[in-house]
Amino acid sequence: MSVLETPLQRQRARTIFQKGAPGRRAFVCPPHEVPGVDQHELLPASMRRAEPPRLPEVSEPEIVRHYVGISKRNFDLDSGFYPLGSCTMKHNPRLHERVAALPGHARLHPLQDPERAQGALELMWNLQGALAEISGLPHVSLQPSAGSHGELAGVLLTRAYHEARGQTRHKVLTPDTAHGTNPATVTMAGLEVVKVATNADGGVDIEDLRAKADEDVACLMLTNPNTLGLFDPNIAEIAAIVHGVGATLYYDGANLNAVMGISRPGDMGFDIVHFNLHKSFTQPHGGGGPGSGPIAVSERVAPFLPVPVVSREQDGSFDLDYGRGLVGSQTIGRLRGFHGNYGCFVRSYAYIRSLGADGLKDASETAVLNANYLLALLKRKGVAEYLPLAYGELCLHEFVLSGGPMKRALQIKTLDLAKRLLDFGFHPPTVYFPLLVEEALMVEPTETETKETLDAFAEVIAEILAEAAENPEIAQNAPYSTPVRRLDEAAAAKRPIIRQDLS
Amino acid sequence: MLDAIGVGSLQEIFDRQIPEAVRLGRELDLPPGLPEQDVYEHLSALAARNTSGEDELSFLGAGMYDHYVPALIDMLMERSEFLTPYTPYQPEISQGGLQVMFEYQTAICELTGLDVSNASVYEGPSAVAAAGYLAKLHNGGSRFVVSAGMHPHTIETLRTLAHGYGMDVVEVPLRDGVTDPEAWAEAIDADTSAAIFAQPNFYGAVEDAAALSAAAKAAAAGAQEADGAAATGAAGRVPVVVAQVDPIALGILAPPGDCGVDVAVGEGQPLGNRLDFGGPSFGFFAARQEYLRRMPGRIAGETVDVDGRRGFVLTLQTREQHIRREKATSNICTAQALNALAGVVYLTWLGRRGIVELGELLLARTHYARETLTALDGVEKLHEQPVIREFALRLDADVAAVKRRCAAEGVNPGVDVQALTGRPEDQGVLLVAITERRTRAHIDRLASVLGAAVAAERQAVAA
Repeated sequence: MSVLETPLQRQRARTIFQKGAPGRRAFVCPPHEVPGVDQHELLPASMRRAEPPRLPEVSEPEIVRHYVGISKRNFDLDSGFYPLGSCTMKHNPRLHERVAALPGHARLHPLQDPERAQGALELMWNLQGALAEISGLPHVSLQPSAGSHGELAGVLLTRAYHEARGQTRHKVLTPDTAHGTNPATVTMAGLEVVKVATNADGGVDIEDLRAKADEDVACLMLTNPNTLGLFDPNIAEIAAIVHGVGATLYYDGANLNAVMGISRPGDMGFDIVHFNLHKSFTQPHGGGGPGSGPIAVSERVAPFLPVPVVSREQDGSFDLDYGRGLVGSQTIGRLRGFHGNYGCFVRSYAYIRSLGADGLKDASETAVLNANYLLALLKRKGVAEYLPLAYGELCLHEFVLSGGPMKRALQIKTLDLAKRLLDFGFHPPTVYFPLLVEEALMVEPTETETKETLDAFAEVIAEILAEAAENPEIAQNAPYSTPVRRLDEAAAAKRPIIRQDLS
Repeated sequence: MLDAIGVGSLQEIFDRQIPEAVRLGRELDLPPGLPEQDVYEHLSALAARNTSGEDELSFLGAGMYDHYVPALIDMLMERSEFLTPYTPYQPEISQGGLQVMFEYQTAICELTGLDVSNASVYEGPSAVAAAGYLAKLHNGGSRFVVSAGMHPHTIETLRTLAHGYGMDVVEVPLRDGVTDPEAWAEAIDADTSAAIFAQPNFYGAVEDAAALSAAAKAAAAGAQEADGAAATGAAGRVPVVVAQVDPIALGILAPPGDCGVDVAVGEGQPLGNRLDFGGPSFGFFAARQEYLRRMPGRIAGETVDVDGRRGFVLTLQTREQHIRREKATSNICTAQALNALAGVVYLTWLGRRGIVELGELLLARTHYARETLTALDGVEKLHEQPVIREFALRLDADVAAVKRRCAAEGVNPGVDVQALTGRPEDQGVLLVAITERRTRAHIDRLASVLGAAVAAERQAVAA
């Protein structure tokens, strides 16, 4: 153990279950107020819990100290640059938290009668409309809970669409650059994944697509711009091939932040798109959720949308529609309880109203400008020879570098570079994704970062590479200043300890 | 910046990459942007058009409940360190979030009496579908047997998702308010992948969880013996017993792990989460040890760093979509970490004694409410089973009409069950939820308003 331990390193992790003492408490139970009845008469002993669950016994000040204390062992977007590729870590305006907490939103019960939840339904209606306009696809369901849930909705409704036409199709095409959620979703929807190769420019290999697109293909799932940050220039041809065999075209909306107000999935020929409200529309990510994954679809698959959706009635009022209002509805049904993650809708709707049409376009333009500027900075001597751009020349909202040359020339891997970045106060980019790029480093700066931040980040990358040229061990053993240093993940998986031992 | 990039304009960056034919070429047809204060006023005006728990005396439940959320939860959830990070891909700078997950998993294991928990799934009904997927991966059966006492949204969700992975869903009816034990045993056969029930059920009744679990295992064994294991090709298939449980009730109710349940899932909203018109909240997912490697979603595990300090990481990631892709145990990526944080802070705030005291309070007040309301003319118990914080009544009047009369008095008496289930036998059924925020005075007020509304409605119909 080093004598140079930081104060946070000196604090050894102790869980809340290891704190407190018997009898301590925070909650004060209100009096029963009602005539006493023998509790065992109300609930037979055979159905009762014998011993209370061993929850912590702590006071309120202890709870606050504990959680504030461990919060400081987190890095977060409000503290620094977070260029995590594919995750769109843009600023989360605090206005959104304020409006989401208004009791009219926060204490509204999901089974309140629609006529007494008109404000909420109007908000959802407006959000559906905005998402339809942004995507160029007219019908929207806000139900899915996150992007991967939206993907599942999309693949299930694709299946229902084919089944309604008397066709059983088995295959879904995904590029080898796809997010892992795409193939996982396909399996859960009872279909089979067929991979499509990537061409030398980073786009879909058209010849491979042609060879694999047949009457057994239900759908092609695509991200555009793709996970390399590149817009596929052949998108019209891809759509024609896919539609030519009667399949649908699915748009993974994870990268929508590149094209808002600039190019729309519907106009590119897509039938289904899922949005990640927690990416493009700045719902705070909460350390792993909540998210929200609405989908927008074209006319031909609209009858299969998950329910409920919000409808506007003749008299201008709003209602929840369970399929009756959609002509010829053959809905796939419900994907979860109630109406979706409404609290996320409030935040993303507030965002769309704050930015408006020109603001959304400006956000995408600035995201693309920032990404290209940072890419240009990293093309300098001392960096580009170690971390070349994997594909293309320019990029959209993100770009992928390869750490292959760095690994060979400097003996440090992408993982080492990422860990060393932690010592400089930056969250690293996404690493080792997409899979087809050796030692991949996927960088997405977003529009809410300043030029100064981008300059500083590029300087640090150059500094780490220069340092590695002198002494690679520094990066190989990084980080040094974080609350804990490199962790033994293999041991954690080998002998899983996933709860506090209370014995 | 453009000079550094080597382009003459921002437009050039797009021109060189996006074909003209798929460019929008016009402004989006959306309203112009607004200053912060105007957005606040607009969202505030929308909120004002909703009747929330602040505006009426509400007895709505059926899956989400108006429990009190302590102030310290708001304060902790608003901290940047918890609110604004992504999923903890870099554990060295995510120890706070990972430790919260580890603590949360511990609390859920304690509450459910099961060995392992993940770090959260989306919410209650889809958690049941995720448990079904686990069962299918585990034993390869072809059908789910589900109690009709499940929340209707759960059954609908399970049908949607089970259809995807090729499973049939068979419903077992209720008798006397609980899952009919004979029909349950009869429905479970050698092809049954999972047997699923709710505790307490949708109508508020406490089920005999131990008996249902035992019957499920015995029925499967019996079916195999009868068919001959070779004939069914399903030698030794035992259904995974899944219970969807109300976490608040587990302070006093026998934990699923003690009742023979294999997987316990449920809606986490009652634990320190707001109503938010139905989400976001979180779903919990706990199981016996043998299912660990088939669990969906993130799991935090303990380890040490290079200097030997205790630390936490996301573990068993070879189950997950980003590694395993089409062979993953689930497609879930973003889950509900912040809501699960609220859950574990709430459980800590209640504490070991508090959760029992709260359960007893709910039991006592719910009993009082049930007895008080069924003393009214035209109001009866739907069933005689024990209840904890919710119960079903049968009104001798149209529920929607009664609700409208109550609303005029500022009271929302509960959920119109038939509107939710569509079942003919649920006509006249009202589901009433009692939380610790509903005092005796509130319950007495409900009795007076409901009694008058039912009487008035009967009179109106008679006239």
